[in-house]
Amino acid sequence: MTVTDVRKDHAALTMTMTAEFDAAPERVWQLWEDPRQLERWWGPPTYPATFTAHDLRPGGRVAYHMTGPGGDQPRGWWEVVEVDAPRSLVFRDGFANDDGSPNLDLPVTTARVTIEDVGGGRSRMTLESVFPDAEAMERVLAMGAEEGLKQAIGQIDAILAEESVARS
Amino acid sequence: MDPAADIDRIFGALADATRRDIVRRAIGGEEGVAELADHYPMSFAAVQKHVAVLERAGLVTKQRIGRRKVVRIHVEGLRSAQRLLDQYEELWRGRIERMTDLVNDSKETDA
Repeated sequence: MTVTDVRKDHAALTMTMTAEFDAAPERVWQLWEDPRQLERWWGPPTYPATFTAHDLRPGGRVAYHMTGPGGDQPRGWWEVVEVDAPRSLVFRDGFANDDGSPNLDLPVTTARVTIEDVGGGRSRMTLESVFPDAEAMERVLAMGAEEGLKQAIGQIDAILAEESVARS
Repeated sequence: MDPAADIDRIFGALADATRRDIVRRAIGGEEGVAELADHYPMSFAAVQKHVAVLERAGLVTKQRIGRRKVVRIHVEGLRSAQRLLDQYEELWRGRIERMTDLVNDSKETDA
């Protein structure tokens, strides 16, 4: 088990995951720095990722698409905030429209990656992800349209309430 | 369903404005694909494809009402923020597992 710890704060909408690798920080850093290695792990096997831009400098842009089994190609982008090779990387992680422009209807997560040398040729990687706010999260669930949001959630709540009454 | 692929499907499905609009209409759930298609300046086949993407993401389902099939919200497919965070965890667990494999593979090659 390489993931050694996971903390999720549902109120603050953060997740912190810690993992250990049997390799030096420089090797773990390569997995982020080299787009060809990055695309071997970023997407799940059913949605392999292809990185079309990869500028790992502050303010730099990273662009990718994933290809699904049905040929669908969800797109994403990063905006690099901070880089300190091979120790840390901070980036904003978002979804893109079909033309590659950022889709700001979907939440942008901020990810902070820290890689430490723990001795014995091993490294510890900590990933801290922060979702912008609860509403952004709800928006993913309730499909974006500002004015439809409250109504949609209300209707879903009503359906769920009906279901629980029917079951009890 | 593979949770990592699941979250990608949900995000991918919702990344498109037409699909988000279809999901909104599916809350009322009175329209079939043909009726939905009337709302958009695109072909029936294109709307059908959008509905199929939403179905694969588990966000809508086609329900038979009498002789008609209407597109409806799939209640179980709609997840709470907590559920989504759990899926986000699964997504990263999958990524870290693949990172581990890559690191270990390169060690074997070096040896």
